[in-house]
Amino acid sequence: MHLLAVAVAHFLAAAAAPALVRLIGRRAFLVLAVLPAATTVWALTLYDDVADGGTVTSVVDWVPSIGLELAFAVSTLQWVMLLIVAGIGVLVMTYCAWYFKDGDPGLVIFTTSFTAFVGAMLGLVLADDLLVLFVFWELTTIFSFLLIGFEPTKRASRLAAMEALIVTTLGGLVMFVGMLLLGQEAGTYRITGILADPPSGPAVTVAVLLVLVGAISKSAIFPFHFWLPGAMAAPTPVSAYLHAASMVKAGIYLVALLAPAFAGVPGWHLSLLTLGTVTMLVGGWRALRQRDIKLLLAYGTVSQLGFLTVVFAIGSRTAALAGLAMLLAHALFKAPLFLVVGIVDKQTGTRDLQKLSGVGRAMPAVAAAGVIAGASMAGLPPLLGFVGKESVFAALLELAHGETAGVPGWAGWLVVAGLVAGSALTVGYTVRFLWGAFASKPGVEPTVVRAPHPAFTVSPVLLAALCLGAGFAGAPLTTAFAPYADTLVPGSHEEYLALWHGLGLPLLFSVLAVAVGVGLFLVREPLCRFQARTALPVTAESVYRYGMRAVDRSAVEVTGSFQRGSVANYLAIILLVVLALPGYAAVRALLDGGSDIELVGYDRLAQPIIGLVIVAAAIATVRSRRRLRAVILAGVTGYGCGLLFLVQGAPDIALTQVLVETVTLVVFVLVLRRLPEYFTNRPLTRRRYWRVALAAVFGVAAAVFLMVAAAARTATPVSEAFPEASLDFAYGKNIVNTTLVDMRAWDTMGEIAVLVAAATGVASLIFLDTRMSGIRRVADIPYPKGVEKQPTRPGRRVWLPGPRTLAPERRSIIFEVVTRLVFHVIMVFAVYLLIAGHNLPGGGFAAGMVTGLALMIRYLAGGRYELDEAAPIDAGVLIGTGLFIAALAGLAPMVVGGVAQETADYYLHLPLLGEVHLVSSIFFDIGVYLVVVGLVLDLLRTFGARLDRQILRAEREDDSVARPTGGVH
Amino acid sequence: MEVNLTLLVVVAALMGTGVYLLLERSLSRVLIGLVLISNGVNIMFIVASGRAGTSPFVGSSDPADMADPLPQALVLTAIVITLGTVAFLLAMAHRSWQLHGHDDVQDDVEDSAIRKLAIDDANSDSYDLTTSGQHEDDPVEEGA
Repeated sequence: MHLLAVAVAHFLAAAAAPALVRLIGRRAFLVLAVLPAATTVWALTLYDDVADGGTVTSVVDWVPSIGLELAFAVSTLQWVMLLIVAGIGVLVMTYCAWYFKDGDPGLVIFTTSFTAFVGAMLGLVLADDLLVLFVFWELTTIFSFLLIGFEPTKRASRLAAMEALIVTTLGGLVMFVGMLLLGQEAGTYRITGILADPPSGPAVTVAVLLVLVGAISKSAIFPFHFWLPGAMAAPTPVSAYLHAASMVKAGIYLVALLAPAFAGVPGWHLSLLTLGTVTMLVGGWRALRQRDIKLLLAYGTVSQLGFLTVVFAIGSRTAALAGLAMLLAHALFKAPLFLVVGIVDKQTGTRDLQKLSGVGRAMPAVAAAGVIAGASMAGLPPLLGFVGKESVFAALLELAHGETAGVPGWAGWLVVAGLVAGSALTVGYTVRFLWGAFASKPGVEPTVVRAPHPAFTVSPVLLAALCLGAGFAGAPLTTAFAPYADTLVPGSHEEYLALWHGLGLPLLFSVLAVAVGVGLFLVREPLCRFQARTALPVTAESVYRYGMRAVDRSAVEVTGSFQRGSVANYLAIILLVVLALPGYAAVRALLDGGSDIELVGYDRLAQPIIGLVIVAAAIATVRSRRRLRAVILAGVTGYGCGLLFLVQGAPDIALTQVLVETVTLVVFVLVLRRLPEYFTNRPLTRRRYWRVALAAVFGVAAAVFLMVAAAARTATPVSEAFPEASLDFAYGKNIVNTTLVDMRAWDTMGEIAVLVAAATGVASLIFLDTRMSGIRRVADIPYPKGVEKQPTRPGRRVWLPGPRTLAPERRSIIFEVVTRLVFHVIMVFAVYLLIAGHNLPGGGFAAGMVTGLALMIRYLAGGRYELDEAAPIDAGVLIGTGLFIAALAGLAPMVVGGVAQETADYYLHLPLLGEVHLVSSIFFDIGVYLVVVGLVLDLLRTFGARLDRQILRAEREDDSVARPTGGVH
Repeated sequence: MEVNLTLLVVVAALMGTGVYLLLERSLSRVLIGLVLISNGVNIMFIVASGRAGTSPFVGSSDPADMADPLPQALVLTAIVITLGTVAFLLAMAHRSWQLHGHDDVQDDVEDSAIRKLAIDDANSDSYDLTTSGQHEDDPVEEGA
């Protein structure tokens, strides 16, 4: 089976989970648990493959050109993790089926997240590529965020989820940098490859330490330990799974994975042994004081994680053996303990150990499971926890005897002392937990306990039985774990897992820990008071919260000082940045090679003359206070630009510029009817001088930048080949037009799409609801008084009937006569431009604009009804059709086996016209034409016809208001 | 490449006046500023495309004498898009006039609120809240 399939199957199941939950409710957990169960069974069948030190690998080449591959591998370490992740997963999911009720809010998303979380965790364990590992690592972070924030309406739940997310993501990012560094140094991202031939050097040291930051943040090692107790806000099954089998185990796994290759890296032992020991003591110490039994266990996990980190960090064969045993033992005792807490919580309604009393008597099976698991946690024989701890002490003694390179004996003894003390604390809080959860307390009323459903208790009981059974399986476990342990430095004696190693220091340590632990429990009340007195004022969590607040505050301060709410301000900032960065580059270039720039005064004599007019018009535009004047002056600059284009040798853009300028001018005038005549008067302030200065500097900077850039041009223009290509591939002589419809047709496609968006935006801003406001023909509307209605039957139709609908004083006979004369000529010219544009000036844009101008003349001569007469079609339909035709014309060549936007030509012999050269790209141009006509029609309908109506309505309203109040009319 | 000084002056004038109007509050003036800037940018393309030449039609003259056609195609696109932009901004100016009686761009209220937060030095939620204790009646640490 492909290893990737394991994770993918879980993700698919997660996707199916919502439907499943809706169908069968909480029983969906039982169906979904089949998947991790199958994974567990499959993992067991891998035993033969990994028992002799072998590795099962599968690789998917993803992007071979850059060496990106999805690599997965299983050897002994992964095999153990796989069993823990999948096995505990099965039992926790089974437990969930009774923990939740049908219809619990958030059950759907919980089921999905949990299944996906199991998948991500399996992927993390299986990954044999640093990048793949990182992806799954972050996936576990995200899913755990969703699981911890199970009740988003609760503040604590949200905060805890955020805290876990931020801490682990932060660590993850640091780790990512380390992984990239490590991958670069090693020359490969394959983990098996890196471990087989570990690189070395200062960069590798930094890389490994960065990776370790990720590991300790994920595993809640001091100073990141605070997120784990916070994550208790999650439902108990999540806590059980997070603490026992996943998430926090990921960090431990990473340490275990890297230890064979990198345990000798400077800083490895110093950081991990110190932080691990501190974490074990801090966690145990704080657990001793908790009243909430779940929180007590959470601090216990923190303590145990410190313990595991120390063991795996030692990096000797004995330690590795002990570490794997402890890893398994921890999974087997911590999971049932949390599950037991969940049952107690559900059946009694409280987790406060001062309120719980007599629970053990009411639920003997649950209590038995709790006691067995607790005994394993405390390290009592004959349980697996004791077996593991014995070997741990053996490994620690090797450390203390100076057998590990780089760790002096005295430091080893310090670690021994710390861990024995930590073990004593472990015994202490275990007894406190068992006493708190199950004991009958004098003076406390027996808690009311509802009997749990037998199936609810199956998972914890089964796990407790495994704790017990595995305690006697020292020999087979030694054999199974040996391939991993053998990759590490062997110690002075060959360690093996067993209940009885004979009398020695390890046993003495165990006895000492139990004795001191029980003592700690006996003095619990004075101890709690002592803890309260000596509690530090600053905790890691308060440092974290202070940091978050600082981030928050600085965000507000930065936003507050830059985001003032004034658009002009933002623009000024953008312009200043433009001045500072490209401006700086321009000045540098000017200083370096300014003398090489060749300037010519002008190319044609017309240029300075036109230029003078443009500059004068631009300055007059700025000084103008009247809207209309400003618009006309701006128009003058536009026409001037058109002339400059013509002089430059660009007739196509000159034509388009003049046409567009005319349409713009008309549209402006149409809107200005409605706007005040003068701009709002603004007092002359100092800010205006600033604006003048900024504008002047910017204008000069733009010119300088342009000068430097244009003068620096050395490469041959890409358009050198255009003339030839124009004739050979696009079958046209007008290179600008062939560029638009063939060589860079996709740009044109994008452009007309922008036009469609703009037209739609205009229509929606003016019509507000729908632009399908109805096209009314002249024949349908009532005529003004004094106008005879013309007969409308066929044969007697009047061309240009629109003006008759206008009031007599608004009609212009000359305009009507001119319209009658020029309209058809203009339309024929437009068709000519459209067809001839391939070889002569013209094309779809120009033709569309000319047609638009023809429509505009009809509108101006005959009012809005004449516009409907001239174009009895919705502008949206026109635009849509145009876009459709253009797209079709672009894609059509693909149907006949060409590439998109390819052009073909055909010679047609017509009787009167002679030979006609047909080019397929004409269809694309027709599409462009229709879009442009539609745009202009839309502008006329909105700014013209629609505003006419608004003005008319406003006038009527004024009349009806004026009359009753006795206005003069 | 030789650079046309006259056109550079035109660009500077159009960009400068355009930017000045762009920084105004009246949306109509902003819009006119945009028109001036667009004209300036189009001229920039022409300057960057090289010296004046003959019209780019195959067969009408030697390709070496022709003005560069590619920037022309780009400018043609830009001209038409400017029309779309101008029309859209005009519609916005009109709508603003319809709703408020003027077409001045107003300061954003939300942004001012953020600024007030900064001035007040207000505390954010994340500082005051803790994760310990999911409910008010949750058990707390003993001895506290």
